[in-house]
Amino acid sequence: MSLNRRELLGGAAALTTAGLLPRVAFAADAIKLGSILDKSGPFDAYGKPMDMATRLAVAEINEAGGLLGREVEIFAYDTQSDMALYSQYGQQLTRQDKVDVVHGGILSASREAIRQTMRKSKTLYFYNVLYEGGVCDRNIFINGVTPAQQVEALVPYAMNNSGKKVYILAADYNYGQITARWIEKFVRDNGGEVVGTDFFPLDVSDFGSTIAKVQTAAPDLVIAPLVGGAHLSFFRQWAAAGMKDKIALASTTLGVGNEHKVLTPEEGNGIMCAYNYSQELDTPENAAFKERWAAMFDGDQSMHEIAVSHYHGLHTWAEGVRTAGTIDRDAVIEALETGISITGPGGKVTVDPKTHHAVLDVHLMEMRDQKMNVIETLPQRQPIDTQAVCDLSANPDDNTQYEIEI
Amino acid sequence: MDLTFVIIVETLYAVASLVLISAGLAVVFGMMKVINLAHGEFMMMGGYVTITAVGLGVNVFVAMLVIAPLVVGLIGLVVERLVIRHLYGRLVDTMLATWGLSLVFIGLATMIFGNTTTGISTPITGFAVGNYQINGYNFFIIVVSIVLVIGIYAVLRGTRAGLIARGAMQRSDMAAALGYSPDRIYMATFFCGSALSGLAGAVLAPLVGLVPTSGGAYIAKAFITVIAGGPALIAGLVSSATSFGVVSQVFTFAISPVFGEVALLVLAVILLRAMPQGITGRLFKGKL
Repeated sequence: MSLNRRELLGGAAALTTAGLLPRVAFAADAIKLGSILDKSGPFDAYGKPMDMATRLAVAEINEAGGLLGREVEIFAYDTQSDMALYSQYGQQLTRQDKVDVVHGGILSASREAIRQTMRKSKTLYFYNVLYEGGVCDRNIFINGVTPAQQVEALVPYAMNNSGKKVYILAADYNYGQITARWIEKFVRDNGGEVVGTDFFPLDVSDFGSTIAKVQTAAPDLVIAPLVGGAHLSFFRQWAAAGMKDKIALASTTLGVGNEHKVLTPEEGNGIMCAYNYSQELDTPENAAFKERWAAMFDGDQSMHEIAVSHYHGLHTWAEGVRTAGTIDRDAVIEALETGISITGPGGKVTVDPKTHHAVLDVHLMEMRDQKMNVIETLPQRQPIDTQAVCDLSANPDDNTQYEIEI
Repeated sequence: MDLTFVIIVETLYAVASLVLISAGLAVVFGMMKVINLAHGEFMMMGGYVTITAVGLGVNVFVAMLVIAPLVVGLIGLVVERLVIRHLYGRLVDTMLATWGLSLVFIGLATMIFGNTTTGISTPITGFAVGNYQINGYNFFIIVVSIVLVIGIYAVLRGTRAGLIARGAMQRSDMAAALGYSPDRIYMATFFCGSALSGLAGAVLAPLVGLVPTSGGAYIAKAFITVIAGGPALIAGLVSSATSFGVVSQVFTFAISPVFGEVALLVLAVILLRAMPQGITGRLFKGKL
């Protein structure tokens, strides 16, 4: 056998690193966890931290002795921000790898691309991202914030800080349209009035005429569920026109991918929002989480709302398996439906048995010097939008994404 | 009254930004007949050069108006020497090659700057017009594009270099017979075109959130403007940018931004049906 220098060095390095890892003796073969995320392409700002969250959560579970005495092993696929790859890798996870659970999907389109595959193959599926609400399917668990949870908290807070006349600027696809309808509802419920609503295709990056139009309507408050890089221009142009000090501004999306770190303090200061997580949350859980994240990824601090939701989802699943005492899908679903809670960096997260969505803490925040400072925490908000249309305990065979009438 | 003024400024700004977006393409495509599908990426690089330079402590105006055009022009020069010069006169091949280039540039920018949105804030503050706040930076863009149009006109019309470039574009064999190397002239023209794209990307950078794929947002509008403009470089650029800018702004104000975009595209279809050679193929004939 011949051995060259490079192979020898490589082997030695591998041995050394292996020696550093904590060794826990695991009884049987590993539990297979499928992960399907956009780690490259346009959505990697969301997907990369989510992938890190997966690895962190699984490392924590394994360090604590695994689940049911078995190690958890990750089967990860990078979908490259390509929806077609979701179908392909979804099939691969269920048929070839035969995983016990799948966590992943970012855009709603990606979730819908694999949801039916998971359902047919009876593979438990977790979608851990804030989204437009309404999915009703017993095989899926969702623990992102839905528009009602977020908007219900944000609208009264923002209106109290400004006034009754509201102008809505939203992204022109299902998320923006649905969220705009919820905003209208809660503005009315709080005694306010919507003086204008405009929708923008995702590639619009020039908001000059819109800013003039908004001024013609003279609202007290602008709420902006705008999405993506082109729409970020709005917040910049709004500040450049000197509107920041004249009309208050709130958003349901800004900061989800850490956008507040891109805007300068002059552009971002004072923008109000409401999420399940902020890096500035002052809780022992969050401090410990940030420390473990930094230790695992060389000091990185790129965690954001969606990555933390994902982290919550992984631990919720682990708790479900522990309670069930098996990884059998039906047993785990029943265990989760008992209303399991975990406490994570974003606060307490409880499974809502009726909808398989999450009851969670919503934190009201204000941007200040590129940080999202938490002003107030509204504990344990119900996913009231999805609850209005979905009842899986009465109707366990439901398999629809409802468009919620408001 | 105040609103009228605001609408006029916004409309002028829309026209000016179309001129800026399309100027580089007008030189490369209008003069040299090279379909540069990487035009948007040249603009994107102009934006990143500006942001990087400002991050290194350079004055923002120097970064936008000097450094970005120079750097992107030099990148264009390299591209011309390595790729484009082998493909003159082969329309479809240049399309394929420049499309490939655009993918390469997006990939490189992603590797260097990451896929997250970046940006700088506008260097000019907003001010009040009556009851309205208006973005002061709009005026800067309007001024830059006026200077740009006058500059291109002066160079092409008033200097010997401009005359030689125009001559070589019309009959490169005659230019060669008179002792000018078409190869050199093409190279210099491509440099200028790329530099103009870089300038446009740089000047627009403070208004947008920049990602490596930002170029895609500009390319369609740039091509529509240049093609609808027709053969005359400056008259075409200004006339088509004015028609598109005015129409899209009117619909944006009257209805919504979606209809603004729709109106622009509908107008483009009508214009090309009525004047397949572009506006200056029918009107302003023989102008520059």
